[in-house]
Amino acid sequence: MTKVFDPNADHLGKYQDDFYEALMASHEGLSHDQSNRLNARLVLIMANQIGDIDVLKSILSTAGKDSERGSS
Amino acid sequence: MPRYEYPAFDYVTPPELLGVGDAVHPVAIVGAGPIGLSMAIDLAMKGIRSVVLDDNNVVSVGSRAICWAKRSLEIFDRLGVGKRMLEQGVTWKVGRLFHRTDEVCSFDLLPEEGHTYPAFINLQQYYVEQYLVERAQEFPDFIDLRFKNKVVDHKDEGDHVAVSLETPDGPYSLKAEYMIACDGARSPTRQRMKLPFEGQTFEEKFLIIDVEMQDSPFGGETAERWFWFEPDFHNGQSALLHKQPDNIYRIDFQLQPDADEAEEKKEENIARRLKAMVGDKPFTLDWMSIYRFTCAKLDRFVHNRVLFVGDSAHVVSPFGARGGNGGVHDVDNLGWKLAAVLKGEADADLLETYNSERSHGSAENIMNSSRATNFMTPKSPMERLFRDEVLKLANDMPFARRLINSGRLSVPCSLSDYLPDTQSDKSTVQLGAPIIDAPLHGAQGETSLIEILKDRFTLVSFGTKPDFESNSVDQIVVAKAGTTLDEQTFADISGLAFKRYGEGLSYLFRPDGHVAAVYQTPDHKRIEAAIHANLHYHPQQAAE
Ligand SMILES: Cc1cc2nc3c(=O)[nH]c(=O)nc-3n(C[C@H](O)[C@H](O)[C@H](O)COP(=O)(O)OP(=O)(O)OC[C@H]3O[C@@H](n4cnc5c(N)ncnc54)[C@H](O)[C@@H]3O)c2cc1C
Repeated sequence: MTKVFDPNADHLGKYQDDFYEALMASHEGLSHDQSNRLNARLVLIMANQIGDIDVLKSILSTAGKDSERGSS
Repeated sequence: MPRYEYPAFDYVTPPELLGVGDAVHPVAIVGAGPIGLSMAIDLAMKGIRSVVLDDNNVVSVGSRAICWAKRSLEIFDRLGVGKRMLEQGVTWKVGRLFHRTDEVCSFDLLPEEGHTYPAFINLQQYYVEQYLVERAQEFPDFIDLRFKNKVVDHKDEGDHVAVSLETPDGPYSLKAEYMIACDGARSPTRQRMKLPFEGQTFEEKFLIIDVEMQDSPFGGETAERWFWFEPDFHNGQSALLHKQPDNIYRIDFQLQPDADEAEEKKEENIARRLKAMVGDKPFTLDWMSIYRFTCAKLDRFVHNRVLFVGDSAHVVSPFGARGGNGGVHDVDNLGWKLAAVLKGEADADLLETYNSERSHGSAENIMNSSRATNFMTPKSPMERLFRDEVLKLANDMPFARRLINSGRLSVPCSLSDYLPDTQSDKSTVQLGAPIIDAPLHGAQGETSLIEILKDRFTLVSFGTKPDFESNSVDQIVVAKAGTTLDEQTFADISGLAFKRYGEGLSYLFRPDGHVAAVYQTPDHKRIEAAIHANLHYHPQQAAE
């Protein structure tokens, strides 16, 4: 796994659409509540896969930026 | 009123009704759409006669295909209409994506120089069909175009197909060794044979309009593909804008699944939508329709003596322009194979490779078209949430820009998993890949790789000419600048051909431009063996 978080990097590359389709498929047929739980589990499992605490903190702060601005 | 004047093609009493028809036609093509016409021309160029049967006598009416992709244009070039299309069409290569009022990103579909044809041209389907009809008429000994000849029944008799028709002069029937169903998305042939045609139908409706405007809605001379997610001018849906010749613009407005079609089609409502989008620019409505899209394909494209090509075999939603373009790839793939079978150079099993290769190609087209349409039409609040956040992240993060899917535009598929083993050497362009164009200089002046490969297996050597002669293959040498040029020898002045293919390698191209074999030192035996393997390949034996 990458050791530093680079917001400009594209690790999905040509698998962009494969991933997005699989992600949508994993939510198919779930209630909104079940979907939220699935997302929570995904975050936790992906965090474990990334492992590096500095990378994780950078990701958390980058992803959080938009919510701080209070967008809905 | 539509701007284009639809010429009516003449109906002629078929010879069978006058008692002078062929006993058995080599090929009967049902449907004179872009695909049936291209099929007839491809076969004619290989010396195969066909009779083309169409229930109508005008070209395609209304809003249909406009975007023709690079590889299709190269195939159309081989068929003899590419240059005319390029001249009349609007060339473009940049797609621009907007979210609400802001531009999010853009993509360039052909960032490099040295290609005869651009990434895309936009040209109305009626022009394409007109050019194809006129081109087909240049082969009076090979193409028998029969308008107002409606196929009402057919029967596969094992060694030929019996076709029943209706004409203004009454019914008749004819026999053909092969019948090719190019009869479109609702294919009566497919329905008659009760073949399942399964896939995904999207709930959302799309309002598609062609509108003439002197004043460009792009705000300049540029022709690009502009796509909006949730534009301010169109209540929370998506919209797509393209330029066509004659100052006509194609606009797709995504509507709600429960949109009232009659209401939406009212001219005042269309005027209101347009005004919100382009402001007070004067416009004339050319055509308008509401579509619901389906992505589906036949399980098999080959049913003994009945072959399915184009929309009869597969349909897609138009985001990605993979419908007509996919059909052109079918034609390119089938033409040389059917010609080889009818000439006795290969047995009918070769057609099975058309089935497997184009089934693979159309599955790829369906996958891409469905993904794009799904991205545009989120089906649950969670899908919408992900879509919204992708669009927002895209402002700052490149990976998110690439997740945005407004259509993955038509490119030919690779056949790397579908070809026989030819004991090839390592190569720059992979086995099974479609031909990559490169500019060349010939004895006659400027030309290009795609323009010199014609209808036969061709060995192109990048460097020096291999030391052998063979009747089964055309040989071309691409040499360094300064070499003496002749019918077979071309110079790579730009250096792009060597760069794209690798100096010192010889590539064997199939007649449809896919790379069949690559050798450092080709010899007579290996080339003949590779061609033989390609003509006698039975995928069902090899795949398992
Ligand atoms: C809104 C829209 C936009 C599109 N945009 C694009 C695009 O940008 N790029 C692209 O590549 N594709 C596009 N497409 C798809 C494209 O139009 C089709 O893929 C293409 O027309 C298929 O050609 P075809 O010859 O297989 O079928 P068709 O064009 O449908 O032709 C079938 C022919 O068969 C004839 N026929 C039918 N039944 C019989 C019978 N019983 N007897 C005799 N003749 C018969 C019909 O009269 C017709 O002439 C678009 C489609 C739509 C609807």
